[in-house]
Amino acid sequence: MNWEVIIKWLPRLAEGAVLTLELVAIAVIAGLILAIPMGIARSSKNLLVRGLPYGYIFFFRGTPLLVQLFLVYYGLAQFDAVRNGPFWPILRDPFWCAVITMTLHTTAYIAEILRGAIQSVPQGEIEAARALGMSRSQAMLRIILPRAARIGLPAYSNEVILMLKASALASTVTLLELTGMARTIIARTYLPVEIFFAAGMFYLVIAYVLVQAFRLLERWLRVDACQGR
Amino acid sequence: MADAAAALEIRNLHKRYGDLEVLKGISLTAHDGDVISILGSSGSGKSTFLRCINLLENPHQGQIIVSGEELKLKSAKNGGLVAADGKQINRLRSEIGFVFQNFNLWPHMSVLDNIIEAPRRVLGQSKAEAIETAEALLAKVGIADKRHVYPNQLSGGQQQRAAIARTLAMQPKVILFDEPTSALDPEMVQEVLNVIRALADEGRTMLLVTHEMNFARQVSSEVVFLHQGLVEEQGTPEQVFNNPDSARCKQFMSSNR
Repeated sequence: MNWEVIIKWLPRLAEGAVLTLELVAIAVIAGLILAIPMGIARSSKNLLVRGLPYGYIFFFRGTPLLVQLFLVYYGLAQFDAVRNGPFWPILRDPFWCAVITMTLHTTAYIAEILRGAIQSVPQGEIEAARALGMSRSQAMLRIILPRAARIGLPAYSNEVILMLKASALASTVTLLELTGMARTIIARTYLPVEIFFAAGMFYLVIAYVLVQAFRLLERWLRVDACQGR
Repeated sequence: MADAAAALEIRNLHKRYGDLEVLKGISLTAHDGDVISILGSSGSGKSTFLRCINLLENPHQGQIIVSGEELKLKSAKNGGLVAADGKQINRLRSEIGFVFQNFNLWPHMSVLDNIIEAPRRVLGQSKAEAIETAEALLAKVGIADKRHVYPNQLSGGQQQRAAIARTLAMQPKVILFDEPTSALDPEMVQEVLNVIRALADEGRTMLLVTHEMNFARQVSSEVVFLHQGLVEEQGTPEQVFNNPDSARCKQFMSSNR
């Protein structure tokens, strides 16, 4: 193992890691925001309200992220309307293509996590809210969503870590995030073992920090105590 | 009495699950200060009846009148009656307290937050105002020192007392108790019954579904015995416990002494 090479290229790998973090952070936060109304709709008793977001979720869960990324990055540019449209400056940029695709992809998963969480809120706690005179929306906002957030948090943290690793696919659309940067360095040094090892270490450290952060958040929200454990 | 409207009046309540008719036309009137115990073997429809009163279950027929105001109902697709006016049912629910068998405190909130939540959101009380009421109620039910504790750190009896305080914080005109001690360990039953007894002594209007026969006998102004979805026996505690007309009621009383 050539440690000197690893140390020499660490700053560039760190640059790549920053881009990885940007991609993941935007995707999972924007994804969460988009997923909240979708998850609420998915848990509705009304068949139509429940069915509409399902079409979206069916597509984004049923096709690979890589295919979705290629469709957005290569596919959209085929249309003159897109190239001449107001969003072209964004849609021609590989960074935004990756961010948009990852966001849409993770939204589908988070929405399903949220649906499961909302449906797991004990019925009695909702009845208690309604019996005290709270309206449907008050009960949703004050009781159901805060409870669902705690129930769904472990699954959400899992999804964030999956997205961290899925972000490596952004390297296929020219982005120099951690994996893309590692491949570029390898093209110069011909030392794939050293550089991929170093990149892997970066992923491990980021995943470790994320896991610890979610553990703190779980403790702060008293997730375990709320599950009756 | 036409001049004084009853605190709560139920007329001809019917409820079925599929083909199974659980309530076959129950009527009940509670005047101010009445404590009405509802007894009956399991499956007689006691809890269902109580839950229909504030529409936690949807009845199929009947009228519900709270202080002279009739709850507006309309038919849903499945044949059940649902509230026709969302604002009205929310307001009436806030006037009818409901105490659950399983407490149903919100585990993500402290005891104090559990109690001030509905008064703040539904009645629009200020936080300071709601906390003042809540602290007085916690002292009243004997858990003033538990205000910042979370529900899972309380015993069952303490949780039920906190749940009663949460209900009282809405200043309900009528309180419905749905088997409030059935989920409790035997040694905790008494502390909850003492709280309910104190409420009865205050002259609160209450409907109480319970299996605590002696307690029902002591606190009730009226006892109703349900059997197969109908009122089988109704009267003063002395009459229903000691001298029931119906054979079914007689048998129930002797087997539950």
